Amino acid sequence: MIPLYWFLMLSAVLFSLGLFAVITRRNTISILMGIELMLNAANINILAFWRYLYAPRGDMDGLIFTLIVFVTAAAEVAVGLGLIVSAYRKRRTVVANDLDSLKG
Amino acid sequence: MFNIHPLIWLIPLPPLLGFVLIVLFTRRSNRTSHNVALVGSGLSFVASMVVFFKAVTTDGLAGSPISASINWLPTGADWLRIGVLVDPLTAVMLFFVAWTVLMIFIYSIGYHNFGQPAGRNDRPGFSPEGAEAKEHGKAHKVPSVEPMYARFFALLSLFAFAMYLLVVSDNLLTLYIGWEIMGFCSYFLIGFWYGKESARKAGIKAFITTRIGDVFMLLGMVALYSVTGTLNFHEIFSNPQTMLMLTSTQSPAFGLNWAGLIGLLLFCGTVGKSAQFPLHVWLPDAMEGPTPVSAMIHAATMVSAGVYLSARLFPLMSAGWHHGGALTAPMAAMAVIGGFTALFTSTIALAQHDIKRVLAYSTISQLGYMIAALGIGAYTAAVFHLVTHAFFKALLFLGSGSVIHGMEHGVLHTGNHIDPQDMRHMGGLRRRMPLTFWTFLAGGLALSGFPLITAGFWSKDEILNGTFTGGHIGLFIVLAITAFLTAFYTARQITLVFFGKPRSTAAEHAHETKPVMTVPLMILAIFAIGAGWAGIPHAFPVLGAISPAWFQSFIGSMLSPQSIEEAHSNIPLIVSVLVSLGGLLLGWLVYRCMETAEEKDPLQKISGSVYNLLQNKYWIDELYQKALINPSLWLADKVVYQFIDLKIIDGILHGLGRAGVGLGNLLRAKFDLPVVNGAGDGLAGSTRGLGVFLHKLQNGRVQTYLLIAVACTVVLVLVICFLIGEGVIGVTE
Repeated sequence: MIPLYWFLMLSAVLFSLGLFAVITRRNTISILMGIELMLNAANINILAFWRYLYAPRGDMDGLIFTLIVFVTAAAEVAVGLGLIVSAYRKRRTVVANDLDSLKG
Repeated sequence: MFNIHPLIWLIPLPPLLGFVLIVLFTRRSNRTSHNVALVGSGLSFVASMVVFFKAVTTDGLAGSPISASINWLPTGADWLRIGVLVDPLTAVMLFFVAWTVLMIFIYSIGYHNFGQPAGRNDRPGFSPEGAEAKEHGKAHKVPSVEPMYARFFALLSLFAFAMYLLVVSDNLLTLYIGWEIMGFCSYFLIGFWYGKESARKAGIKAFITTRIGDVFMLLGMVALYSVTGTLNFHEIFSNPQTMLMLTSTQSPAFGLNWAGLIGLLLFCGTVGKSAQFPLHVWLPDAMEGPTPVSAMIHAATMVSAGVYLSARLFPLMSAGWHHGGALTAPMAAMAVIGGFTALFTSTIALAQHDIKRVLAYSTISQLGYMIAALGIGAYTAAVFHLVTHAFFKALLFLGSGSVIHGMEHGVLHTGNHIDPQDMRHMGGLRRRMPLTFWTFLAGGLALSGFPLITAGFWSKDEILNGTFTGGHIGLFIVLAITAFLTAFYTARQITLVFFGKPRSTAAEHAHETKPVMTVPLMILAIFAIGAGWAGIPHAFPVLGAISPAWFQSFIGSMLSPQSIEEAHSNIPLIVSVLVSLGGLLLGWLVYRCMETAEEKDPLQKISGSVYNLLQNKYWIDELYQKALINPSLWLADKVVYQFIDLKIIDGILHGLGRAGVGLGNLLRAKFDLPVVNGAGDGLAGSTRGLGVFLHKLQNGRVQTYLLIAVACTVVLVLVICFLIGEGVIGVTE
């Protein structure tokens, strides 16, 4: 059986890639995609721990938690894309650095 | 008989109440004001008479006087008690004070022209100048009512209160209070017509001059209190141990015993109040006041208070003296000052032209007579003369006021502006003002000691007799010369005023005054004649046999047996008759031939420069001006004001001010600005700097925020891992 840390490594790599994308990408859609990556990395993490620690005992909590994350991610994408489209319509840009009206 | 004590307490109060009522309520109404004053003094008069008759019918009054006292001020464990005391001396004082005060109150109504119209030009502070009036169809000038009529009666009432208080009080402190209130009233009434500069100056002069005596008197009181522990007359004088202690204990000054020192200090009060040399200068100037004031304050009552004080303190002054023995220090001082003043001022009176000034100097002279009599121990004679003098001098002053009033009438009538008080302008008033003439004559004869019928003769004879039989021949001669001069200037005055022909048109048109003025004159004239009959001595030839000599036994009971003089000699009697008649005759002979007002005084023709000296009162006023007042003013201006005040005190104050400003500036520069402001500014500045720094972080870019969050998380995780590794945070399985 594949050892647990492989999964954890995979998850960490994915998470780092997602984070990198979120921080460095200029396009807001790419940032949204980075967020999806990070969410999925977290899902892998959850599932791996579930499979190795809780599945033998018959618990299904991990699966349910993962499903909730999926739903949340889908909703988030829907809202995020909506916001981006709306911002584009208003500002004619999707570059994150230009959307700085929160500046103090 | 009912209890007399409350009545004695009540004697001084009605005039005080009258004063308050007039000042607070009735001052706008002349009629109500003088009614209030009259009722006040009338009540006091009635009470005084009742007390007087009670006193004379009480046996052994001197040994056990009527007295009552209450606790007044707590002084540590003890109380300062005030109270009233009626002994023979108080009783006779009450008698003449009550009569003269009442007469003067009534007289003042007429003197201030009550009922006359107000003058158009009259202003408060100036004597009334007369008003236009129509009579019998033609307009002419008439006297006008005094503008400050109510004020006059208010002050007179206050004065009467003070005098009664002084007479009935049983201790030196309340006596002193009355004494000072009188000084205050005297100041106000002398300066009553304050619009005149001379009146203002006279008021200030009187106040300050008497104050010199009063300061010494206060010192005497303090000394007496600290030595004996009480100021009550009876307690001191009737206690042999206290008297022995006073006479046997050495005082710290001049090698005198305490009785001598205190006596001298208290006598200084008398010198000021009774205008004895060298403090006599204020009394003639006090004639600036209205004539009733001159009569009341400066002849009958207030100046008598000084003699009264000396008489009251006679046991103290004479402590250690017995009749025929050596005089004590206060007595010697009294004899010398009194005798000198008597002679000195009677010579000045010879050369005065103002009718009131002659009387003023005569008053000083007569007071000197009494003081001298007290000084050689002729106690009853002094008190006797005090009483008779009060009556005839009040009479003379009121009479002179009546004369002045008549002359003012003439001045107004003729429009000829002469001084209505100058005797050279008078003459022949005998026919124009008969009532004034006869009463003035009675007073004048009493003053000059006209034999047998007048009161002044008896009292003056007593004094001369006392000095002669006491062995004080020098004083006897001085007083005899004084008596001669007194008779002479009195004759001069009467002759100039009433006899001969009028020397001015005003005198031709002079007018007899109203009954409200002449009736008091007549009543006082009765006393000026009759008051002496109460004191005809037993030893007097013929008359003595039928005389009760009431006064001698009544007042004499005040004295300890060793001070009573019984001796009588006919030499002073003969001298007294001779000087009196001689002076009167000579005065009449010299002055009856004065024809015009411009004529030189006959005395001036005989003795030019001496007369000049007398007329200028021995230049005493000028001497005081040069020797005392000018140096005082110089000291006050140059030294005290310009040097001490401006240079030293102001310098210190300005220096303090500058030092304060300098210190303030220093603190501001070195502490306030760098430390306090620096701290405040630094706090604000650092907050602002932090804000500026944080402001840069909030650039609105989500990715930057996120980066910071990640960085912080990483750091946090590293820290936590490090802490777990170190075992600071435990991990549970």
